[in-house]
Amino acid sequence: MDASLKQRIDDLVASSPVFVFMKGNKLMPQCGFSNNVVQILNALAVPFETFDVLSDMEIRQGIKDYSEWPTIPQVYVNGEFIGGSDILIEMYNSGELREKLAVALA
Amino acid sequence: MVHPDQVRAAISQALPDATVEVEDLTGGGDHLQVTVVSSAFDGLSRVKQHQLVYGALRSELASEAIHALALQTSTPS
Repeated sequence: MDASLKQRIDDLVASSPVFVFMKGNKLMPQCGFSNNVVQILNALAVPFETFDVLSDMEIRQGIKDYSEWPTIPQVYVNGEFIGGSDILIEMYNSGELREKLAVALA
Repeated sequence: MVHPDQVRAAISQALPDATVEVEDLTGGGDHLQVTVVSSAFDGLSRVKQHQLVYGALRSELASEAIHALALQTSTPS
């Protein structure tokens, strides 16, 4: 993966303790899976930043190589990739997500 | 689009012991719900478990033959 692209993604991921690569934005998600993640993070009332991959083809492909994960959305907590929509839903339902975010944002 | 049987076969090849269920959510073959139970997931994080399944479906995902894949993984109880 191109070093300058990796640096761009590193910088984005580091820009907020909770960072989401998604289709669309918080107010207008462009995909049901991205919407799931936004709704969960809103429900937990945690601050998070997002990047719209539809606005940038380089990031849209690059983020998949970066995390070795083929789908979007992708959620990062303190720089660590924790999963996409399915995993977030599971972690939300089990209470694990609330706990992880409480620790991450403490 | 892909046939659910192709998806099942690709996952079974990568994870021979796996029990795989594939549900076609829209009938169009590109929105799939897949449940995989395999002892290969033992001790792995959810991200790693899903990465094993994604690895088996790499070409179908890269070509966007599968547009949406809802995935659930677990180990045999």
